[in-house]
Amino acid sequence: MTGTNLLNGPAAPGGKATSAPLLGRDTEPTLFELSHPGRRAWSFRTTGIPELNIEELLPAEHVRSEPVPLAEVSERDLVAHFTRLSHRQFSVDLGAYPLGSCTMKYNPKVCDAVAALPGLAGVHPAAPASLTQGWLALMVEVEETLCEITGMAAATLQPAAGASGELTGLLLMRAWHQAQGAPRHKVIIPDSSHGTNPASVTLGGYEVVTVPSDARGCVDMEALASVLDEDVAGIMLTNPNTLGLFEEDIAEIAAAVHKVGGLLYYDGANLNAILGVVRPGDMGFDIVHMNLHKTFATPHGGGGPGAGPVAVSERLVPYLPGPRPERVEDGAEGKPTYWWFTPERSIGRMHSWHGNTLVLARALAYILVNGGDGLQKVAEIAVLNANWIRQRLSGTFDVPFDRQCMHEVVLSSRNLKQAHGVRALDIAKRLLEEGFHSPTVYFPLIVEEALMIEPTETESPQTLEALAQALEQIAYEANALPTGSMTEAPRNTPVRRVDEARAARTLIPTFDARGEKQA
Amino acid sequence: MKSVGTYIPHTDDEVASMLAFLGLSTIDELFDAVPEALRLQRGLELADGAGEPDVLAHMDAYADLNLARNDRLLCFAGGGAYDHEIPAVTKALAGRSEFVTSYTPYQPEVAQGVLQAVFEFQTLIARLFGLPVANASLYDGASATVEAVNLGVAASGRNTVWVSEGIHPHWRQMLATCAAGTGHRLRTVNLVDGVTVWPRVEVPSDDQPGVLLVGYPNYLGCLEDIPAARAVCDDTGALLVVATDPVSLGLLKSPGKSGADVVVGEGQMFGTDLGFGGPYLGLFACAQSHVRRLPGRLVGETVDVEGRRAYVTTLRAREQDIRREKATSNVCTNQTLMAVTAAIQLGWLGTAGLAELALRCARATRYTRDALVAIDGVTAYADAPVVREFAVRTPIPADTVVERMADAGFLAGIPLGDQFNQGEHGLLIAVTERRTRDEIDAYVTAFAKAVA
Repeated sequence: MTGTNLLNGPAAPGGKATSAPLLGRDTEPTLFELSHPGRRAWSFRTTGIPELNIEELLPAEHVRSEPVPLAEVSERDLVAHFTRLSHRQFSVDLGAYPLGSCTMKYNPKVCDAVAALPGLAGVHPAAPASLTQGWLALMVEVEETLCEITGMAAATLQPAAGASGELTGLLLMRAWHQAQGAPRHKVIIPDSSHGTNPASVTLGGYEVVTVPSDARGCVDMEALASVLDEDVAGIMLTNPNTLGLFEEDIAEIAAAVHKVGGLLYYDGANLNAILGVVRPGDMGFDIVHMNLHKTFATPHGGGGPGAGPVAVSERLVPYLPGPRPERVEDGAEGKPTYWWFTPERSIGRMHSWHGNTLVLARALAYILVNGGDGLQKVAEIAVLNANWIRQRLSGTFDVPFDRQCMHEVVLSSRNLKQAHGVRALDIAKRLLEEGFHSPTVYFPLIVEEALMIEPTETESPQTLEALAQALEQIAYEANALPTGSMTEAPRNTPVRRVDEARAARTLIPTFDARGEKQA
Repeated sequence: MKSVGTYIPHTDDEVASMLAFLGLSTIDELFDAVPEALRLQRGLELADGAGEPDVLAHMDAYADLNLARNDRLLCFAGGGAYDHEIPAVTKALAGRSEFVTSYTPYQPEVAQGVLQAVFEFQTLIARLFGLPVANASLYDGASATVEAVNLGVAASGRNTVWVSEGIHPHWRQMLATCAAGTGHRLRTVNLVDGVTVWPRVEVPSDDQPGVLLVGYPNYLGCLEDIPAARAVCDDTGALLVVATDPVSLGLLKSPGKSGADVVVGEGQMFGTDLGFGGPYLGLFACAQSHVRRLPGRLVGETVDVEGRRAYVTTLRAREQDIRREKATSNVCTNQTLMAVTAAIQLGWLGTAGLAELALRCARATRYTRDALVAIDGVTAYADAPVVREFAVRTPIPADTVVERMADAGFLAGIPLGDQFNQGEHGLLIAVTERRTRDEIDAYVTAFAKAVA
């Protein structure tokens, strides 16, 4: 193999999952198929409360005639079932997960221990501030820490995920402009943006104006200038952008948008690349959302929960959602106390309670272990790993924007598609056989046959080398083996390629629909 | 030795060798694209990294300041967040790192575990709510309600929404917040003796509702008349959205069977910690006719190329990453781990266990309510039937009751504040299956003392 000597020496790659055992390829029955009348797993406290009948408790017109048919399984079978399901699931803990734009870094276990502390996990959210001082203090520390990292004045911790943060930001934008006289109508987003951006713009009551990327993969400044006017409420940018490139003209973009009275929204999906290096606030952004489940290592849970706090510049602070936790310095014995307050012009509320608070606690623990110096190292090594992969694979795949990247690199397999009909999807499926999760494919939309690789800082050089070798081997096979052989992959996974078209055509969203469809 | 980069495996030699491969001599050169003038020259003004035990101790100090933790104060508060039993088996299974540390199942061949668990979750929620389709989860009860109203407005083509005052006040606040963007016209319909009294629709008008939103049970625990709400919808062509308490449905008729087009709810009570309010679980189910407007993810069953049963996220053309500004919702990350947790917990409860759970809650609630209203000056807020939660009027401000009761070892409930015309004298109380007769007796005694 060409390139470096990263595999020399005694260390095997820690992130390659091909040693995971397989006991067979049978279908796992559903909970409903495991069900047998009369079995049970539940067990409750002995309470001594008088056992009134249902007729004595509720009027008949409200009472169901039959119990809800859930399932009837023993605890033993319940455990076996969900344990086997867990064996059918790739995860960061199993192996490298270079899924671009998702920042699938290792999730430190100490954060799990924090989230399980009885004094955090066992607190009712409606308990008054006087009885929840620890939680309020913790949240204030989270807010202050996130503001230092982003260079902003204050933050709301309510949004439950990135998309919720985006909508919060757009509603803040609307409230701000409304207070200046009119809400305005348009929000600009680049053609490389995440799909949540335009979807959130619509929910914010704005019209999407798309600007193209230039030959360097950044916002086309001329195109931007042509759409900027006083009806533009703002622009939503990801920086580094979804091509993994830093928008070098960001200061000029900020000046131009601010000149027409618009606001700059920072999509924090790619914040991992710039921790401690450059801050959104210093780039000129007015509103910033963060994805704590990406940048700050809170586990993604198979698709959530996340947390999407939104930090803002000074002029937007009075509009933040409320209530917000606040420190009051005049407590007894010089100790600060904490209370809730709602900002004067607050847009309202974006969560049932105070935010995904246990996720906030996990993120804070991660930040504290790393510290300011450690977070900067996170960004540095994340960028180093991505550039190493770019350089290592630049002779194997096209690199559409071939210059130094940030935390992720977008490759293209269009040459393999043209020559052999091998698609990015085929490469993704074939890589699964090698014990790695696939990169993100077909995103960003402006790159043909895109393979977006984000190794993150927690994968070792040995794992990177093994990943690179696996991708080289796949490219070699695409060139050397008969056309079509790649579409066989994956062969060693719990199921092989699934029929997505059939799932949509013959919708079976529940076990009960299955019976109907087959009947 | 400082613990910089605790979770980064690279040695200094490896970093140097990787830089050399890139033709660089310093890490700093990796950031050449970042204009010098914007760089944070001073570094982050945060403490240096600490050892894991130090951080755990720091966080435990916060935990210790929370007097309201449920192992110190017996919890009688609800309002969408309940102190239910979370058995060891649920903790053990939901904590498996394959579920915890995976991403959204974009590669179904290596994500059958999460996909099948979510498919089972969807089935359980559909059965519970009495509707054919449930999604893979939303953030929480409030966000599920917002999404349901958005669906209802899109489906009915009318953006006037009649919102019962009995919907959780926080959820109503979030509806109002989001309405600033969508332009929905929200009209609050007040409660009378605990239940919603809908206005009469005399003649069709522009202000005719497109959506009716009602709680069952509502925020005050009262059982609303769902057939009456359905009748208003039939008269006006509005969609009926019911926000429910899924535990109560162990005894109650499923809202979907009583005519709801969309049923939403908070799913925290199925195995998720109180956690000071998050992450929780937004539940969402709808009629088959609305499936193409469904917000968020949906898992469907299909087969693989060898005909083996398999699961995959489906009807993806609704979603933001494909439909962009025309998507039905902007939801991407949701609360999958809580959905998996709920599937496990509902599996543990099973058919008989859910009914038993609801019955135990109802008995404990009745026992507590009867004893409280026997206290001089304490009266029931309403006569409407309740299952697991109820409101009382207190002779002194409810805040004071909560304060005094905390000293006696109880989280007494949730003060209703200036809501529901109680003039700070309303208190919302929930009693779960975890409360014993002795605990309730002690609570009632302390309550009597607190209001005396």
